[in-house]
Amino acid sequence: VKLARRRKDLHYGDRVFALVLRFASISVAGVLLLIGLFLFKAALPSIHKFGWSFFVTSVWDPVHEEFGALPVIFGTVASSVLAILLSAPLSIGVALFLTEIAPGRMANVIGFLIEMLAAIPSVVYGLWGIFVLAPWLRTHVEPLLGRTLGFLPLFQGPPYGVGMLAAGIILAIMVTPTISSFCREVFRAIPREQREAALALGATRWEMMRLSVLRSSRPGIFGAVILGLGRALGETMAVTMVIGNRAGISASLFAPAQTMASTIANEYVEATSDMHLAALMEIGIALFAVTFIINSIARLFVWRVGSETSR
Amino acid sequence: MRTDVLPSDYIRRSQGRRRTINLGMCILIGLAAAVALVPLFSVFIYVFSQGASSVNLAFFTELPKPVGEIGGGMANALVGTLILISIASLIGIPWGIMTGTWLSEYGRGRFGGMIRFAIDLLASTPSIILGLFVYALVVMPMKRFSALAGGFALAVLMVPTIARSTEELLKLVPVHIREAGLALGLPRWKVIFSIVLRGSRGAIATGVVLALARAAGETAPLLFTSFNNQFWNRGLGQPIASMSVQIYTYAISPYDDWHRQAWAGALVLVLLVLAVNIVTRILLSPATRSAK
Repeated sequence: VKLARRRKDLHYGDRVFALVLRFASISVAGVLLLIGLFLFKAALPSIHKFGWSFFVTSVWDPVHEEFGALPVIFGTVASSVLAILLSAPLSIGVALFLTEIAPGRMANVIGFLIEMLAAIPSVVYGLWGIFVLAPWLRTHVEPLLGRTLGFLPLFQGPPYGVGMLAAGIILAIMVTPTISSFCREVFRAIPREQREAALALGATRWEMMRLSVLRSSRPGIFGAVILGLGRALGETMAVTMVIGNRAGISASLFAPAQTMASTIANEYVEATSDMHLAALMEIGIALFAVTFIINSIARLFVWRVGSETSR
Repeated sequence: MRTDVLPSDYIRRSQGRRRTINLGMCILIGLAAAVALVPLFSVFIYVFSQGASSVNLAFFTELPKPVGEIGGGMANALVGTLILISIASLIGIPWGIMTGTWLSEYGRGRFGGMIRFAIDLLASTPSIILGLFVYALVVMPMKRFSALAGGFALAVLMVPTIARSTEELLKLVPVHIREAGLALGLPRWKVIFSIVLRGSRGAIATGVVLALARAAGETAPLLFTSFNNQFWNRGLGQPIASMSVQIYTYAISPYDDWHRQAWAGALVLVLLVLAVNIVTRILLSPATRSAK
């Protein structure tokens, strides 16, 4: 009887322990739900007043309480797409270098340095962007681009240094570690025999990479790039510091712009009226929804690759 | 295939072309790695050179001077970051470790997968959204910015990281060790607590420290939770200065002396991140682990 009771006690302890842990994990997931709920509640005045026109009009006038987020959305999409265009080929190259070319020790060191790129705080990138990157763009890169490719609307207008190009470059730097580390995982998951088979048929090293590594890891690479896109969309501080913070839709990469995240970061102090605050919250919930969807898609892709290879 | 060349000629010629392409692509790939590292070195060079010439004793001991006056330091922001990180640790570390333990020990099947997915999504939620969330949750009802709100925002930021690193580490503990504990008649919670968790506490701690270092550099979630403060903090219910927000404020200001201090602050942050990453990498490397 004593033994039976003790065993029951032990089970009781187990049950409490499991419940507490379970509660902790569910509450982490619950935070996601709460984020959506609280942002939605705070954004309600703006949602009621402007409806869907919030996302397709471009007047942003806190004084008259007229808000339209189109230029800001344009700035977010344009800067992120620019970043991905610059960073995706680079990151795939880095991942190929680390898995297929560099010898083990060298791959370790360079892999660590690439990880460090991700560890540097965003605000430090912003500081570097203001005082190093932007002046360099203004005095060297943008005049050169204007002279050689100035017939394209992309490269017209006065070189400010700060602006869309600077934001795109700094975002590209910041998402490169994300994309390359996921690509590296994907490449590593490819069985060695597949590479050896290509080499045995007389393929050169590049042909081996193209045929047995790149071709079979397309979904994984896609997932990695989308994850990078998700990170670029929400990145705040560095972008806020170099994008110039002037709303407007311009074809030129030299023009200053604004992103959803940078608008929130910039205007939170000035937001004295309730409607202004609600409008910022609505931008926030839109950004949350977009990154939520994009990251879900990306994770599904990266996961599928992982589970297929582990089988 | 052209008919006027012998097959062997054709093969030789195409082989030359293939070799050239191979060489060209390998060089391009190597270049990609080199180009990706250029910004890292540039950031390091500028942070170290500009920061080293700006760091002095006053930086660590004095309060910021009013606009226009030269000198002063970031002592309040240094302390502020420490306070914020402490609050975040008190909330985030137990929460994260408990979550990680559940994922590893109980989180199998569909439900565990869903929770894991949600945690990954939270990890990739932009940090400024976490700031907005805490603003709506804590700052709006309290009607003022506070150290508590900032610490809570950082806690939410680090929980997913700590949870996933704890999970990965606990999964390395072999099943037979758990079975040995259970075979001795220990209840499951005791097995998890004093065998599984205790055995990997060193590794878990390094994961936690990495998460803390990352949180120390975060700015966006603090902007509208802990805000900023030019003086010493007067209580956890009040706004508080932090290194990252101070660097941001100084960097976008038009004053040279503030720029100088921003570089000094950046140097401190980068040194912290660098030191933590190198030390944890050495501690977690397979060589040192097997030597234990």
